[in-house]
Parts: sequence; structure tokens; C-alpha cells
Amino acid sequence: MKPLHSLTIKEVHEGYKNGDFTCTDLVKHFLKRIEKYNPQLNIYLSLNPKALEQAGAIDREIKEKGIDRPLLGIPFAIKDNFLTLGIETTAGSNILKGYQPQYESSVTRKLLDAGAIFLGKTNMDSFAHGSSTETSDFGPTLNPWNPEHLPGGSSGGSAAAIAAELATAALGSETAGSVRQPAAWCGVTGFKPTYGRAGRYGCIAMASSTDSPGPLAKNIADAALITKVISGQDPFDATTSSLPVDDYPQFLDKQDLKGIKIALVKEYLLPQMRPDVKDLILNAVSKLKELGATVEEISLLDPKYSIGVYTVIQRSEVSSNLSRFDGIRFGHDRDLFCQESKRRIMLGTYTLSAGYYDAYYKKALAVRTKIVDEFSKVFENYDAIVGAVSPGPAQKVGATKDQPMFGEMEDVLLEASSIAGLASAGVPCGFVDNLPIGLQITCAQFNEKKAFEIADCYQRNTSHQVFPNLDETL
Amino acid sequence: MHKAQNITADDVRKIAKLANLKVSPDEVDKFAGQFSQTVEVVNELNEIDTAGIPETYQVTNLVNITRDDVVDHSRILSQESALSQAKKTHTSFFVVSRVIDSTDEI
Amino acid sequence: MKYSPLIGLEVHVELNTKSKMFCGCPSDHFGKAPNTQTCPVCLGLPGALPVPNKKAIQSCIKIGLALNCTINHLSKFDRKQYSYPDLPKGYQISQYDQPFCSDGFVLLESGKRIGIERVHQEEDTGKLQHTILDGKKVTLVDYNRSGVPLVEIVSRPDMESSVEAKEYLKKIHELIRAIGVSSADMEKGEMRLEPTINVKIEDERGVFYTPLVEVKNINSFNFASQAIDYEIKRQIEEFEKTGIEKSATNKTTRGYDSVKKITFLQRTKEEAKDYRYFPEPDIPPFVLDDDYIETIRQELPFLPDQIIATLVSEGVEPKYAKVLYANEKALIAFNRNKNEEGIDKAKLSSLIANKKIDIDKDIPSQYQKLNQVGITDISILASIVEEIIAANPGLVADYKKGKTTVLGFFVGQAMKATGGKADPRTLNILIVDRLKEAK
Repeated sequence: MKPLHSLTIKEVHEGYKNGDFTCTDLVKHFLKRIEKYNPQLNIYLSLNPKALEQAGAIDREIKEKGIDRPLLGIPFAIKDNFLTLGIETTAGSNILKGYQPQYESSVTRKLLDAGAIFLGKTNMDSFAHGSSTETSDFGPTLNPWNPEHLPGGSSGGSAAAIAAELATAALGSETAGSVRQPAAWCGVTGFKPTYGRAGRYGCIAMASSTDSPGPLAKNIADAALITKVISGQDPFDATTSSLPVDDYPQFLDKQDLKGIKIALVKEYLLPQMRPDVKDLILNAVSKLKELGATVEEISLLDPKYSIGVYTVIQRSEVSSNLSRFDGIRFGHDRDLFCQESKRRIMLGTYTLSAGYYDAYYKKALAVRTKIVDEFSKVFENYDAIVGAVSPGPAQKVGATKDQPMFGEMEDVLLEASSIAGLASAGVPCGFVDNLPIGLQITCAQFNEKKAFEIADCYQRNTSHQVFPNLDETL
Repeated sequence: MHKAQNITADDVRKIAKLANLKVSPDEVDKFAGQFSQTVEVVNELNEIDTAGIPETYQVTNLVNITRDDVVDHSRILSQESALSQAKKTHTSFFVVSRVIDSTDEI
Repeated sequence: MKYSPLIGLEVHVELNTKSKMFCGCPSDHFGKAPNTQTCPVCLGLPGALPVPNKKAIQSCIKIGLALNCTINHLSKFDRKQYSYPDLPKGYQISQYDQPFCSDGFVLLESGKRIGIERVHQEEDTGKLQHTILDGKKVTLVDYNRSGVPLVEIVSRPDMESSVEAKEYLKKIHELIRAIGVSSADMEKGEMRLEPTINVKIEDERGVFYTPLVEVKNINSFNFASQAIDYEIKRQIEEFEKTGIEKSATNKTTRGYDSVKKITFLQRTKEEAKDYRYFPEPDIPPFVLDDDYIETIRQELPFLPDQIIATLVSEGVEPKYAKVLYANEKALIAFNRNKNEEGIDKAKLSSLIANKKIDIDKDIPSQYQKLNQVGITDISILASIVEEIIAANPGLVADYKKGKTTVLGFFVGQAMKATGGKADPRTLNILIVDRLKEAK
């Protein structure tokens, strides 16, 4: 039998049903593993003090009712920007050190209602300001594939938790790359739902107009199930959609990709991309063709422009969203913002200030319209766009030092789809330098089912979704 | 068309004040240089012609989202909970050091 | 030397909705224990999001309609950013360039129109209290009021005197209450006013404008009037001394001291108020079509001006129309009886307004008594009846044959002969009796 920490959601439920182990066993197993590996990897910032107690209650439920809830007894790692009652929430920042949430976020509420159990809160770039987890005030998380490298960010802790098998599933959030990029750097499966698919109430805001809660998981099947659970109109979030949530798991296990039309964006094969990374992407494209999809090359607006658009929109919204951290009702003094956060707040203040608003903010929003329109046209003729997630593999610890735009530069291939609020899957597609490389499969808004369908077929017909042996890599 | 800006230390100080942030003299100079870098990247947007193109503030295409005028007891925080995370409280109030108030005379 | 004051008024109205503007906390905060009516949204906790109150928006639109505004088909909320302890998010959700209502007016008695620039929606702030704790100056904060729905009514600077300003305020106050969107109780802070004043000075050198001054902390119409008068005088004197003219950057804020009856310069919170407005990303925009606006208009009760206008059109004198409008019972009494036989509307309104009639008792009979310059002498009436019956033998015969409708003709004739000054019932009795006797 597979070790407990390697079981997928389906396998855990089977184990519970067969009486192979209990939820308490599973939680204890993870807690022991966390005790062993977390000091070095720095994945978890805090643990759920009531985990074992809750596991016991779940075991009683399983005994009495069986597996009557979709995520019953599934141990989760939760990114520390989601407010969770009873567990300290810091958003990776000293400003919130010691903050005990006064309410539960909508999405974690949904996970709990589905029976999930939280192991703890994971490390992240401070206030999600980064693509490395290195801007965390609590030290970077290390990449389980190679601890001299970063896990990506801002959901680095959650991605690493999956890679290091310190949880069965994880929750992250993406503003522009923050789920897909760490998923790619850690070699795990990630999914960014359409903006407005899952509610943001209780998710500490970064860029209000692009933030999307999303899962980090061992495979697409798990990601699809989690996405289904967290999706749906939220009465506490006016930007969520009332469109019914598709039953994503129903769209998996397709034999092939016949009839699927895929676009490969010429400009996404960046000039600065390493040839070996490019090869992996092109191999993935070949695989998709092999599975029956048609793949055609198309041209889109140079992704470099999305850096400018995203930087302005995000920093403007960030500067406003962080104004509530005044130290009066919660949190510590604003002096404790890390350098990266200060930079972003100030740049955002600048771009919104009188005299500059038109030149920067309005301009960025107009270019955004172009990007959105471009994607709409593409999706009239294609089911999905594929490309690399990142220009290269996970970078080394220390790479972000004094890089005022590290995050935005790293996410160049992801910003456009985030700005447009599209649905996108990230799955591993190979290794370079023994570090994982990720492939993105991006679809139109609310077409999660197509993204899952394609990513799932690709994943089942390849064997890139693997996990490191920590005793070897660390 | 907005040309490349050189952000000065003075600009940084003004922005910091608006943003309610304290920056040390070292940080002021450092930030000024870093901002200029960022602004250069942002200025590349000027290469794109957006004449006549409307802004997209929201990608949801949603309109007229409201809630009914009812009291939601499930979300009201107890006084204890509301005050629980504050550094300084006094009986049932939050406390800040004296602010300059509009009723104060000069 | 010609001095023309230019006065604009900003009025904030606290709506009487059950819940707050962007969350479900109770909005009735007056006198409640501090910080007992907050939630993550109005307390500005991390991760909280606003969802707008439908009724509050309807109330804002109602106010706009009552003020003859255009209700904009496209509108949205914006963030107005500044730091202050009573503002938990560090920004106030308000409306900037696309408010719900714009370009309206209010008519003064004189017929002059005071322009309304805009009527928009926003949220209220928390309450601050200054005190000393452990020897240190501190400020205490209560967020119960944070997030309560407000409507801001901004006039154009069309008022030229404190008298006009006071009349404008009274009209606004009356309208708000008539629509029922707020009790506008000044003492409870449910209606707040801020005049902005400057003066146009014309002399042999040319035309000059004094710098704009906004006056805060005024909580009654009388104080507003006093503050405006004081300010006009002060600005003229100041200009004569310094010659400083209005510029884009020299608007100041002054407070009003109701004891000393003066305005005084206040500290400005920020040098240049750069609010960095941008569209609220957490709230989708509003697209309101004509049908929707019409349904809201239908919900408006008849407004004071309309009621008075209707009464006047019925022949009621304007001064009596106002009295009737001001007393609901009197108005109802008038409306119930105005169409009774023999009642003249103008006369009735004056009798009611002058309290010559007890509206709790039967009104027509009181009216008749008071209005009679009539003939009550039975002998006179009898002789009139005699004359008519004698003149119509044929009809008498018909009546005898059973055509009782003839009675109506006789009564009518008798009424004519008396010039309408007899009680028709008395005449009826006399005629019936006489017809009995007739052969």
C-alpha cells in the first residue's frame, strides 16, 4: 500500500471506507512528518491546535454515516491569507503576528462544511507580494526538490506542502501566478478558477479585481473536486457569479482529446526562455497532438505589456487594500511592513495620485480591455491556450534580493490570463536541472471544465506528476 | 503620452505621507531609484495605442449586485470579539493617541 | 462697492434603513453601547468585502427624484482614500464621477431655483471622542456608526444670503421627511450641514472673489444662518485688509462656535487633499433603466410642493394651502368634505385653517351654520313655495297622480327664488306639506 501521505483524496476515502486507517491515524501521520521536515522546509507557520480533536469527531461521523461529505477527513494545508477561526492568521507578515481571526473566510467555511480538516496555515510572500515566498517575514519556504531553491509564490507554502507530502490537499490564491507558479516550481498540480467563481470574503485582499482562491493538489482529479467545493455565489462577495457550478469531476477521465482545438502562443515562447525549457513545452504540445488535439500557433499581444498593466492595477489596488492595517483594531504598526510591501504600497499610491491617475491607472485599464478582447477572440476559435508557466525552473534562495520587480517579471506568462480573469490549470510537464517545469492550460471564463478535461487527459497520459523523496533531496 | 519620470526623494517623501508610511532617509533614496525602474517598465504601455478604448474596471460583467435591507445577526461581532485583537482598548472603546481633530482650533 | 455672497450647501442625510450600507449590521446606532454593532465589513477587518444595500440605493434615488434630478443610467461606487481613525478601511466607499443622481433643483418661495449639483451615496464613519487617559491625550473610537448609509446632497453656490440658505435647508429637511427616507433629526446628527461661502466683490478696480471657506460643525439651521452672516462679513473685511483672492489651493475649513458666534480656522488634516479616487473593484457598477427608475418614482408619496399646488388649483388660497398641508388631520378633513353639496372649497379651507370649524365634529353642518347668510324665516319660505306651486298647476296634478319626481323641480325652483340661501331640506318639507293640501 502507498504510504498514507501519498494518498489522493479518492484513495484516502477508500482507506476510510475499508477501515485501513482512520482520520486520526492520517492526521497523526502528517503531524509527525511535519515535525520532521517543517523545521527545514518552513512550510507551515502555525498548526491547528484542534486537529486531533477534530479528527476524532470525523472518525465518529465516518463510523455512523460513512463518507457523506465530499472532503470528509481530508487533511488540508491552508495558505495563511485565509482567515480561519481558531488558527492564527498572518498573511506572512509581522503586522499580523498573533492575529486571531474573528470570522471564517467563505472558502475555508466551504471546505469545513465539506468535512475537511485543517492541519495548519502555510507560509507565503508577505501579503502575497511576491512570486518566491522569500518576502515572507518568517523566512522563505524551501523547495522540497532542492532546498537551495525557492518554491515560488505567493502560495509557496501550500505548493511545497503538496510536493513534500505534508498534507493531502492545499488551498492557495492567485492574483497573477500565485497558484500556478509555485505549483510549477514545486512540480505539483494547481488550478486558478475564473475570477468570481470562488468567493474572496475572508481572503486577505491583494488585488481585488484579480484575486482568485484556488487549490494546490496531487492531481487534477483532486483539484477538480476541491474547485467544485469552493465555487459558487457568495452572498458576502458582490463580485461572485451566480452561474451554476459545473460538476467538474464529471469532465475527467476522457479517453483522448479528439476535437479539441488548442492555441500555442508564439510570444509565450520567450526569447529569454532556456532551450531545454522550451523543449519540454514543445514536447507537451506534441503529447497533446498525440492525444488527438489540434494545436495551432497564434499571436497575442506581447506578454511584456501585461507586466506593466498588472503592475499598475495590482499595486494601485494593493495600496488601497492595505490602508486598513493601521494598528488600531488589529495588528501592529505600519512600520512593520516589509520592504516589498512598502514599495508596492507607495508605487500604487503614486499611480493613483492626482496628476498620474490618467497616465497610469486609466491607461493600464484600457490596455486591459485590449487583453480581454484578444482572449475573447481566441476562445471563439480555440478551446484552450497552452504555454509554459514560468520562464525557467525554480530560482535560488536569495534571487529576489533588491529586485524591485521580481514577482511581476517572473509571472510574465501568467499575468494576462489573470488580468482577464480566466480559468487555468497548471500541471508538471518535465524536469530541467532536476527541478520541475509546469505547463499552463488556460480556458475562457467559466470554462473550468474544459481546462480540467484537457489537463486531466494530459496528466494521465504522462508521468510528470511525481513527488520527491525528501530523504534524498533534503 | 507620459514620458519616463525620474522619481525624486521629495516625491518619495510625499507619497509616503499620503500612504501613511514612515520611510527612513536611507529608504527614501533606495525607493526613489527602484521606483524609477518600475515606472520605466510601466511606461512601455505608452507603446500601445488605446485611443477610444474604454477602461475595464471589472472582468465579471456583473451589474446591479445588491443585498436586501435586513439585519444579519450571523455576522455581528460581540463587543468582546470586536475589541479582542486591538493593542489598546479602554472599557468598550478602541484607543489611539490623540488625533488632530477638525474641532480643534489652530 | 458691490458685494454678492455665493453660498453653497452640502447636506449629509443619515438614512433610516434597517441595516448598514455595505453589511447587515443594524444601522440604528444612536445611544447603543460602543462597538456592539459591528461586523468584519464595517470594522474594516482583513478580508472583508462590501455588498450594497438595495433599499439605501432606492432611498438615494428617491431623494434625487424629489429634488428634480436626472437619475443616471450608469453609476458606480468609488473609493475615497485618506487616513483617519474613524475610517476603518483607510478609504470611504462613496461616489465620484458617476453618482446616482445629478443636476436637480429646489424652488424657493420667491420662485428662485437653487441648483443641485449631485445627490450621491456613501457610508458614514465611526465616532471619535477625545479624552485623557493616564495623563495622556487620547482619542476613543466607536465603530457602531461606521458603514451607516448616508446620502450627500450638494447644491450649486446659488444662494446669496443666509435667509435663502435657511429656506433651502428647511425645504430639504421637509422633503427628506416627506419621502420617509430619514427622520432627519438634527440633534441626533441625522442631517448634517456644511456651507461653503465666498463673496464676489465688485469695485472700481474690477471683480474679485474671496477664497472659499467651508464651515463645519454646524448642527442647526439658525447656527448655519449665523455662521454664514458672520463669514460674509469676515471675508469682506479680510479681503479689504489682504486683497487675497480665491485660488485653486486656498480653500480653508473653519469651525463654528455657537457661543461666541464666530467661525475659527481649523487645522487642515492634509495639505493637499488627494483622495486618489478610483472605482471600487469590490462592487460591480449599476445600470438603471427608465422602467426601474419609474417604479421608484411611483413609490414616492405626494411631495409638499405637489400637494400645495393641487390645493391651490382647487381654489384654496396659498396661505391656507400651506396650513392645511402642515396639519395632516386638517388636510384629511378638508379633502373629505370639500365635495359635499353646498360647500365651497375656498371657504371651507379658510374656515378650517382659521380654526372656525372643529374638525373632530360634523363639518357640513358647522359649515352651513357659519356660512349661512341664509333665509330661515319660515313665513318667507312658505310664501315662496306658495308662489311656485300656484305657478305650476299642471305639475301639481302630476304629483297627485304619483309623479313624485316633480318634487325635485319644485325644490330647485324654490332654491333659485331664494338665491340659494335656504336650507333645501326645509324647503322640501314645506313643499311636500303644501302639495298635500293642494287639490
